[in-house]
Amino acid sequence: MTIGLNAYITLSVILFALGFLGVLLRKNTLVIYMCLELMLVASTLALVAFSRFHGMLDGNVFVFFILTVAAAEVAVGLAIIVALFRRRQTVQVDELNALRD
Amino acid sequence: MADLLFYVLGGVTLGTAALTVLSRNAVNSAMFFLLSLLATAGLFVLLDAYLLAVLLVLVYAGAVVALFLFIIMLLDMQGGVRPPFTRATIAAAVAATGLLTVGVLSFVKRAQLSAAPVSPDLPVVGATLKSYAAQLFTTYLLPVQVVGFLLLIAMLGVIVLSKRFEGLEDIK
Repeated sequence: MTIGLNAYITLSVILFALGFLGVLLRKNTLVIYMCLELMLVASTLALVAFSRFHGMLDGNVFVFFILTVAAAEVAVGLAIIVALFRRRQTVQVDELNALRD
Repeated sequence: MADLLFYVLGGVTLGTAALTVLSRNAVNSAMFFLLSLLATAGLFVLLDAYLLAVLLVLVYAGAVVALFLFIIMLLDMQGGVRPPFTRATIAAAVAATGLLTVGVLSFVKRAQLSAAPVSPDLPVVGATLKSYAAQLFTTYLLPVQVVGFLLLIAMLGVIVLSKRFEGLEDIK
């Protein structure tokens, strides 16, 4: 195995950037939410890589907590999206402009 | 062998992540997101974090993606008009992402992370459940309790949010 820490961190940066691109580009609230999750996964990949290459467990334990918080966040976020859909009949970001004017 | 696996899994992760961003259909996006998570779990296995790989598949690929698919089905968003991206949106998004990537990558480059593989005398700490338990119930005992409380709060929040409130004026 000749893959270094550098390669893993670069991979995680690119994955994070792809999630960021999705958040900026997409207009469907659910897809934006999925891309947010993608960014979280990218950060966990970096944490696991750092943890493995330094022989410490702390990064892995942080990933534990990130997974828990992400699960709670998804539940609450999707409940908010459903409540929003009930009220406005849309999940497109363009049409959710009540705060704009 | 492990090198080849890294490239294959990394390629699958990035490719399916790009397809998640770019597919027009939300269901396809969710499916590609699932594939991306599975490939990431494979990368976790390469990093000897077997427990986290299993948890990622169970919690993310199992629960979270299923929840996403359920909500997509519930809201039935396939119909309706989907306006195409404007040129300005694409330019702004790509420029911002490029800046972020270049910025963080130059930061990573300056950090001078080693390109050397894992040294064989380094202990494989993340492989067994026992080591996690020892950490979680000693050093990280308070965070564990806080996270448990957070889950309770999230549950209560979802119950309150999904209640139907009568007499609220619609914001238009």
